[in-house]
Amino acid sequence: MAEKGKPHIFDDRRNVKRAIYALYVACGLSLIADFFTHRHVDHPWEALWGFYCLYGFVACVILVLVAKEMRKVLMRGEDYYDD
Amino acid sequence: MISTAPFLIFFAGALLAGVTRGLARSVLMVALPIVGAFNLYAMGEGVHLQLPILDYELTIVRADRLSMLFGYLFHLAAFLGIIFSLHLKDTLQHVSGLIYAGSALGAVFAGDLITLFVFWELMAVSSVFLILARGTERSYGASMRYLLVQVLSGVILLSGVLVHAYQSGGIAFNAIGLNGLAGWLIFLAFGIKCCFPFLHNWLTDAYPEATPTGTVFLSAFTTKVAVYALARGYAGTELLVYIGATMAMFPIFFAVIENDLRRVLAYSLINQVGFMVCGIGIGTALAVNGAIAHAFNDVVFKGLLFMTMGAVLMRTGKINGSELGGLYKSMPFTAGFCIVGAASISAFPLFSGFVSKSMVMVAALEEGHPLVWLALLFASAGVFHHAGIKIPFFAFFSHDSGIRVKEAPRNMLIAMGLAAAICIFNGSYPWALYSMLPYPVDYAPYTWAHILTQCQLLFFSALAFCWLKLTGLYPPELSGINIDAEWSYRKALPAIARWIVSVGGAIRLNALTRMQRRLERFLGQIYRHHGPEGTLARTWPTGSMAFWTTLLLCAYLLVYFF
Repeated sequence: MAEKGKPHIFDDRRNVKRAIYALYVACGLSLIADFFTHRHVDHPWEALWGFYCLYGFVACVILVLVAKEMRKVLMRGEDYYDD
Repeated sequence: MISTAPFLIFFAGALLAGVTRGLARSVLMVALPIVGAFNLYAMGEGVHLQLPILDYELTIVRADRLSMLFGYLFHLAAFLGIIFSLHLKDTLQHVSGLIYAGSALGAVFAGDLITLFVFWELMAVSSVFLILARGTERSYGASMRYLLVQVLSGVILLSGVLVHAYQSGGIAFNAIGLNGLAGWLIFLAFGIKCCFPFLHNWLTDAYPEATPTGTVFLSAFTTKVAVYALARGYAGTELLVYIGATMAMFPIFFAVIENDLRRVLAYSLINQVGFMVCGIGIGTALAVNGAIAHAFNDVVFKGLLFMTMGAVLMRTGKINGSELGGLYKSMPFTAGFCIVGAASISAFPLFSGFVSKSMVMVAALEEGHPLVWLALLFASAGVFHHAGIKIPFFAFFSHDSGIRVKEAPRNMLIAMGLAAAICIFNGSYPWALYSMLPYPVDYAPYTWAHILTQCQLLFFSALAFCWLKLTGLYPPELSGINIDAEWSYRKALPAIARWIVSVGGAIRLNALTRMQRRLERFLGQIYRHHGPEGTLARTWPTGSMAFWTTLLLCAYLLVYFF
């Protein structure tokens, strides 16, 4: 680190790990809560158990993987338009 | 109570800001939106200023619930933007920012389409200086393209208005609908400013090239005036539902791979406007309320996010995700405010996006658009991914870039703090905002099911980010640009023009040579007959002349006798 003597919270890898574990716990709790909740639904898909969890996860994975492929077609050098 | 047209206060303020300096100007500029807001309160609803011109009566100021909400919103946005830019000594930026805000106010209070057109163009012309002021070659190019597109939108608007006035005989700005040429022309003009797909590129081109403070102003007004105009003219137009859903979807893919973090925000701005356009298209009270409430919240949280990135750009001189990282160590407050903005745009419970975005989504389901609802849900997860996680993560956390700078200036921190407070206030106590909406609100955001499902969506989106990052599947931030619709007019069109010039040149050369050859042949023939050796240029003996004359006279005699 460039600075001396002043450690920051995420310099300690354990804190990064803790943050990730906290996320796992939050995911697990919200999924478990779906067992005990009777949700009012406007559409039958919504009623499926864990629908939002699955959709959120899958949507983001698809988003990133598709975007990654798009890079192959769309990406150019910084000075592409400068000539 | 005495009141005046809201835009006049800002125009007068711009004039005064031009002649004052230092503390006097700062005080004046901060006081301006406050005075303006009081003026708005004193003005109240109704038609306030009419001006007869030729055969038409211009309604310069017409205030109803819809325009009042945008009026207050723009005063708030101007207030935050002004505080954020107080450290500047740049008169040009201050003055143009005030004229721009005033023009936006003029546009939302315009009671007729001619007045709307005037302010529509004033917004374009005044805002371009916020991009120009950056002073780089790139910003100059972007500002000229921006101006061209904005003025084009105005010209299309004017032609639509003229056809409209000719057909219906009126210029009042009320519901228009997609009937006939006029309806479509005005729709297209609004669509350009609103960033409809393929017409959107001016925004992602120009906003990231503006000054750190300029982008904060830009993000608040232009697109929101367009949203307002669509809400007034085209509420319930079904086409808008699909346009809005597309707008919510496609920019998030670009945002994921974009390296310039302010350009990421520009894409996410289009994504958020997509929700509003969709709500306006659905057209029910709930949907339009949702769209307008979301416009209000978006101005504040998107403004906040642009402020944080503006502060980063100002302090570090860098804005690319690939060059930043670890800034939470030196800019902890900015990082904190950025997280509040990120939570708001991602619609975390207790943050402002939560109480408005879902109104549009519920309305989509209620009105029988399940696929649109799925698209919006995808966009909600996506916006958390690119704006909620990517922006704070790559700027403030990620790998430490080693950059150590000072925290943002105090005026910037105050502006960001105020915006963050409004985000949390609107999220936790939405009823103040709800009471200002055009229709009575019968919607409860804080049901257990809504809180739970939204948390599930966001937690698992974050989980996906985590998983992709840990497995190395997440695309790294790379320096470079991604081509978009602008490619058509920055590469394809110039290439076609060059092709036409070169092919046209060849054709011209070809034609010229052929013409030259023909001319040469013609001259050759003349030369052959009339030249020194030519038959016609020969000197003939007198005898042959007399002979030919005698022959002709004989022929004449013969004809005469018979």
